[in-house]
Amino acid sequence: MTTETMNTIQAVNLAMHDALAADPKLLILGEDVGDLEEGGVAGATKGLSTAFGDHRVKSTPISEQAIIGAAIGASLGGYRVVAEIMLMNFTAVAMDMIVNHAAKLRFMSGGQTNVPIVIRTMTGAGMSNGGQHSDYLEAWFAHTPGIKVVAPSNPSDAYGLLRGAIEDPDPVLFIENLPTYWNPAPFTREVLPLGKANVVREGSDVTIISYATMVAPSLAVAEQLAGEGISIEVVDLRTIAPWDRETVRASVEKTGRALIVHEAVKEFGVGAEVAADLNEHLFGKLKAPVRRLGGAFCPVPYSKPLETAFVPSSDEIERTIRGLVA
Amino acid sequence: MSNLPKPDAATLLEIYRKASLIRHNDLRVVRAMKAGLLMTPYYSPQGQEIIPAALSVSLNDNDKLCTIYRGTHDMLAKGFPLGPLWAELAGRITGSCKGKGGTMHLTHPESGCMVTTGVVGSSMPIATGLGWAAKLDGKGGVAVANFGDGAANIGAFHESLNLAALWKLPVIFVCQNNLYAEHTTYANSTAVDRLSKRAAGYGMDGVTVNGNDADEMYGAAKIAIDRARAGEGPTLIEALTFRFNGHLIGDAAGYIPKEEFAQAKANDPFPMLRARVIADGIATEAEIDAIDADIKAQIEAAVDAAFKADLPDPVELKRDVFAHELA
Ligand SMILES: Cc1ncc(C[n+]2csc(CCOP(=O)(O)OP(=O)(O)O)c2C)c(N)n1
Ligand SMILES: [Mg+2]
Repeated sequence: MTTETMNTIQAVNLAMHDALAADPKLLILGEDVGDLEEGGVAGATKGLSTAFGDHRVKSTPISEQAIIGAAIGASLGGYRVVAEIMLMNFTAVAMDMIVNHAAKLRFMSGGQTNVPIVIRTMTGAGMSNGGQHSDYLEAWFAHTPGIKVVAPSNPSDAYGLLRGAIEDPDPVLFIENLPTYWNPAPFTREVLPLGKANVVREGSDVTIISYATMVAPSLAVAEQLAGEGISIEVVDLRTIAPWDRETVRASVEKTGRALIVHEAVKEFGVGAEVAADLNEHLFGKLKAPVRRLGGAFCPVPYSKPLETAFVPSSDEIERTIRGLVA
Repeated sequence: MSNLPKPDAATLLEIYRKASLIRHNDLRVVRAMKAGLLMTPYYSPQGQEIIPAALSVSLNDNDKLCTIYRGTHDMLAKGFPLGPLWAELAGRITGSCKGKGGTMHLTHPESGCMVTTGVVGSSMPIATGLGWAAKLDGKGGVAVANFGDGAANIGAFHESLNLAALWKLPVIFVCQNNLYAEHTTYANSTAVDRLSKRAAGYGMDGVTVNGNDADEMYGAAKIAIDRARAGEGPTLIEALTFRFNGHLIGDAAGYIPKEEFAQAKANDPFPMLRARVIADGIATEAEIDAIDADIKAQIEAAVDAAFKADLPDPVELKRDVFAHELA
């Protein structure tokens, strides 16, 4: 456990490096992941094929179905695989392999087989990448029994959760945020188990439940409103599926008010599931209706003011909190 | 095809044994369905027995198989035991998949039956990955991907064949061309006359054989498997065949011209193999009868045990979704 400063790209790279060193049966697979191809478009796998061999860190053709299929097959053959799907929207091209096969083989085989693979992917609004390169699609996968969904909000969590995902015996979709890849933060090199939310700030009036990109603005608003005597607890889900109901319910039982914030489109999103669960379990204890904030109901737009307006803003978070405690 | 390796007498008898197991098992499944004992979509492989029978005599327990909804023939030939198979068909907790997979998802890793898919074409990418694992293991293992003629037109075919050829993986792509995909003829879905021609486009070997002929099928499979084991990469085998029970039981197959069906039936490969084994003096008719009787008895025992076994408890809904049991 070392403390230093690191960004998420470095953290993810280090996590794969440490995992490859720890487990000789771990393989890395994806477009451009080898050092001949510069270790990925963002450099997440830089140096790994040189350090561990290009039979273990393998660049592929542009074949998303074959990438996930090969990862599934190799895992059935006794290996663990981190397969990269360059951008989250491209998971759509491999949906059959992810949803019908990786997620279901354990159940459909009655537990005889399992698929210990991690599908790493990146996404997020903020770089004017437009409608086919920016979506947060975690709800599609969280709605699918058999696959876990993880989205870290900072470099330390990216390291710890990626290590945890690689060690997990089930398939994991691991969502990295592209626009914040290069933001440095204090770093802790520690493996984190999946399925545990992180109470990143304690408070007593309102609980904000968030993950990935929306944790930072949630914390900033909490800090700002603390000055006015509004005490906000911020829970970072870390693992979206299966999510840590116990931690979230305990927090909302304490505060009596809840706001869920995510970058993904609000409609039919993760926030809907969390809100419904809180209503089912804490109805009599809620002091106000559970609120949700999410991306606007449109494809992620290109032009800067539109792209900015698409994502929930700190102002909206603040206004919603004020409404909750009013 | 005269330069293909030929099965010796013992191998031919083994091919017969496997074909007989597949045929008699299929007849028994259809009988159980007609009796109302099994209520399931069942994609009968009747007519396609020789393909996996002649292929799998060159495989061992360490080799892996991916197949499709029409796959009981592939799995029985590979060594999937009758007991867990029938219990699974019957939806019992003693089934290979505890009754959670069923006809379209039969799985039995000990015999190498790794994945059965209900999605057209999806056996291929996963078999490619199993081939990758076998290559990394370096022990000469191979992976077999079974699929139909219709599946040759889905994107997964292209991605898998390219990747397997690029990485020289020990994968045998077995296209069982029964001339129909559901109700659509081969000619109405595919422009090229021989699917094996596509192999050249991937830089891999490809061959079209009469899949109903034990010699041809054995020979082509043996060459492909030997090459794969030797590190020489994948092969596409197009095995021409026919299915006698339509797409699935209940399909009256009105889209198949009567003459075409009658001619295929007249060339039913199973009785032909039986006659040949006897004519070649490989076994006497009495010996063949004894083999068949023994197989039928094994099937009856499996059927019996299956329907006597317990049905799964609803608590199973929480198990095997993830490694940990759901709350
Ligand atoms: C992706 C997908 N599309 C459609 C179907 C429905 N379907 C099931 S079997 C089949 C025909 C496949 O024909 P072929 O590949 O020739 O195999 P066969 O059934 O003849 O053995 C179709 C269209 C499916 N299961 N999966
Ligand atoms: Mg067909």
